[in-house]
Amino acid sequence: MEFRYSVNGVQGVSEIKANLLLVDFLRDTLGLTGTKNPLDYGQTGACTVLLNGQPVKSSMMLAIQANDTNITTIEGLADSETIRILQASFKEYHAVQCGYCTPAVLLVLKDLLDRIPNPTELEVRKQLDSVLCRCTGYQNIVLAALDASKNLASAS
Amino acid sequence: MTTSIFGSAVIRKEDNGLLSGKSQFMADIVLPEMSFMALLDSPYAHAIIKKIDLSQAKIVDGVLDILIGDDIKQYNPLPVLMNPAGSEGHFPPHPWGFPAGQTILAINKVRHVGETVAAVVATSLEIAQKAVSLINVEYEILPHVLDARSAIASGAPVVHESIPDNVCQYVSWGDRQKTSEAIKNAEVVVRKNLPYQLVSACPVEPRATIADYNPDDQTYTLWTNTQIPHINRAVLSGLVLNIPFNKLRVIVPEVGGSYGCKGYIYNDTAIALVLAERLCRPVKWVDSREGIFQRTVHARGSDIDATIAGSKNGKINALYCSNFATLGAYSTFNGPGAPAALTGMSITGAYAIENPFYEVNISYTNRQMVGPMRGAGRTEGIYVIERLIDLFALEIGMDPIQVRRINYIKNDQFPYKNGLGFTYDTGNYELALELALKQVDLANIEKLRSDAAKRNRLLGFGVSSYAAVTGVGPSPYMHNVIGLNGGTYGTAHLRIHQSGDAQLHIGSQPHGQGHVTVFSQLVTEELGIPFDQIEVIHSDTKGNLPIGGSYGSRSFQIEGGAIIMACRKIKKKALLMAAYIFNVAEDSIAYADGNFFVTGSPEKSITLKSISNSLHNAWDLPEGMDPGLEAISYWDPKDFAFPFGTHIAVVEVDQSTGVIEIIRYISVDDYGRVCNPGIVDGQTHGNIYAGISQALIEQVVHNELGEVTNAKSLDYGSPRASSLPLFELSRTETATPNSPHGGKGAGDVAINGVPPTIVSAVCNAIGIPHLDMPLTPEKVWNAIQSRT
Repeated sequence: MEFRYSVNGVQGVSEIKANLLLVDFLRDTLGLTGTKNPLDYGQTGACTVLLNGQPVKSSMMLAIQANDTNITTIEGLADSETIRILQASFKEYHAVQCGYCTPAVLLVLKDLLDRIPNPTELEVRKQLDSVLCRCTGYQNIVLAALDASKNLASAS
Repeated sequence: MTTSIFGSAVIRKEDNGLLSGKSQFMADIVLPEMSFMALLDSPYAHAIIKKIDLSQAKIVDGVLDILIGDDIKQYNPLPVLMNPAGSEGHFPPHPWGFPAGQTILAINKVRHVGETVAAVVATSLEIAQKAVSLINVEYEILPHVLDARSAIASGAPVVHESIPDNVCQYVSWGDRQKTSEAIKNAEVVVRKNLPYQLVSACPVEPRATIADYNPDDQTYTLWTNTQIPHINRAVLSGLVLNIPFNKLRVIVPEVGGSYGCKGYIYNDTAIALVLAERLCRPVKWVDSREGIFQRTVHARGSDIDATIAGSKNGKINALYCSNFATLGAYSTFNGPGAPAALTGMSITGAYAIENPFYEVNISYTNRQMVGPMRGAGRTEGIYVIERLIDLFALEIGMDPIQVRRINYIKNDQFPYKNGLGFTYDTGNYELALELALKQVDLANIEKLRSDAAKRNRLLGFGVSSYAAVTGVGPSPYMHNVIGLNGGTYGTAHLRIHQSGDAQLHIGSQPHGQGHVTVFSQLVTEELGIPFDQIEVIHSDTKGNLPIGGSYGSRSFQIEGGAIIMACRKIKKKALLMAAYIFNVAEDSIAYADGNFFVTGSPEKSITLKSISNSLHNAWDLPEGMDPGLEAISYWDPKDFAFPFGTHIAVVEVDQSTGVIEIIRYISVDDYGRVCNPGIVDGQTHGNIYAGISQALIEQVVHNELGEVTNAKSLDYGSPRASSLPLFELSRTETATPNSPHGGKGAGDVAINGVPPTIVSAVCNAIGIPHLDMPLTPEKVWNAIQSRT
């Protein structure tokens, strides 16, 4: 079937199978491998992308369900100020270990900071509940997110 | 140096690619002409393969090749490389006389659910999976045995025909008779069975492999997410597939978490190599989530009958432990090492116990294989001794903190021989305890309890201490005592370019620990070369010197030791060159901050960069000196190191649901000298997380058929961010003499303190002596209801 997509601002039309998952379209068809597919029915959230700005699990939806929407992956956010500030805080706070869940973590935190510029620690943690990290105990991710929210406030 | 980079939380060099999503993990790799492999697993725990019908699978359009047990008989089974010395081991037969693990595909018989029966390669994964579903296997189901105690009972189903009693190995450490007598004569004796449940390392990224074969020069390339590329190369080439060592190259991309479980040689990598050769094209395989529980090793699963004995004054003088452990259906390449050596030799923990004894029966069962993970063996041992200390304290009516103080190995007892084969290097256990206690107002605990009670919650606290071995290892000891067939030294190859930049080849295998950053820091510290001018090359057997890999908190201590030794060789040659340039004697040259100068004449000074330039030009060198500036170091430590610490947890239990909330978690850990505290604190957070997860939630659950019933992330629990507090970390630094930088291991250390601390706190809250892990709400709620 015909899939009209817009990924990271690039529009196109692709002939796809009806059962193609969005994550496979992004990774295999477009080569955007920053989005991970840990084959886990969405449970770890490492497949998270933004659909019209909202975090969704790309392994839990068909590509065709994203027809005529705007999809954003980590690769499309190099110029996002929120992402750049988050990345700087992540480095400063040693919030990356193996890095496999990191793109998904950045996307859900971008969503949080876009909605709630000055979140509490608990709000950050609740937002992170959709992504599983087995390396960090979330500690430095939480601290980096809180630091980024302060830096965003002073940058704007 | 004016400011030292050693000890500074330098930002990681690894981060940019991981933060932008550009760093490449296994599943991200795409090669031209790539084909896809899918595996058929055994649905039965124990069965004879009567017939495999491939007729329907073969005719699927796009299927390229199918491999079954009959096709791989020319290849050796995976070998077992560790067999604790002094004990007889029983393994399946191996044509070359090695102890054997599994064959790369099941031959005639399957011995656990998930054992690989067939492999299909096709032009797409979908086609390969479809063909797998069309393979028709006729099985004759055999009786099976799943737990370690049943396996060694008489009349148990036999897992391997050549091993009729299912016993792989019986191992003991310490003096049984002396310990028994001490217990018989003791004033106080406490006995307890203390199991540690079976768990999975459960990394977010599944295991994956791409194998390729080039017929022009008969070379194989294997990309795989392993902790041990060099061992994969050596074992798969020479010992399994019988191809020349130099014809196999192993490359490891970024690894998405491992925690030990990717530190093996798996049959599926060998299958992919065989198929790549048959097809002369790349074969890609990515495991499924269920596969993490079927084909990737499980961990822990100890079952220890323990006895502790001592006096009413708090002094403990005997510890007797009998463990029942299983390897599952086959031994991994590192064999019974975790239950045999690591648990057995560590079980006295932080305490000086005059009469320790440990024995273990390690059996085969019809279960998936068991291997070490983060805290391997030590975590099971420390759990036992820490729970026993609490129970002993309860028995004599003494504060368990006081019992710990009385029995600690004291500062003046180091180096301390623990009576089980280990010599503890250094420690200051009392200091760690006092620092931890300072952070909690225990005098006020009753007030906190009554405040919590008003909210229908039970508040409690727990304290545990640990000391745990790191730094595998001194090669002679690892061979002579632990029975390892291979060396365990570190290697480093450091080249100073003409430009003064450095290129460092390491043999260790990072999977999230920041080796590139930390090892750059070591070179900067030793030679003054700017941090950004150091390139660290790793994870490729082509070019890197061989070492065992990264496991058991060895990389910083052992690989770091080799790097420092290489730096010192560089410094030695540069110093000779500086003496030649200034025409003075060698002992007149001093070094500071990257400069070599004539003692007493600081104006006569030359940089390492200038020296390197002269050595590479080689226009004017001292008699007999070779051009260039590089050094290779193979460094073997003289003994292990023992990091230690004390942890305290404060928890609240909801009386109406049994749900546990961790209110505070305090850890004081000592890893010797720490190079990058940012990285080490991050490792500590991960250790505390894993320990909490195992204490509260994690367990691999089998049904009576030997199937794992919770083989999905949804069912295999793991704490999410909002269920955890900020952990409160501090460190003391007691250097070890067993590494050149004084650093001990850190990567899988702090976890040792966590499970007993959590269990102790929850039991304190409920007011019961003990509860087995995992402390699920149901179990805790039932314990609350059944209190007398």
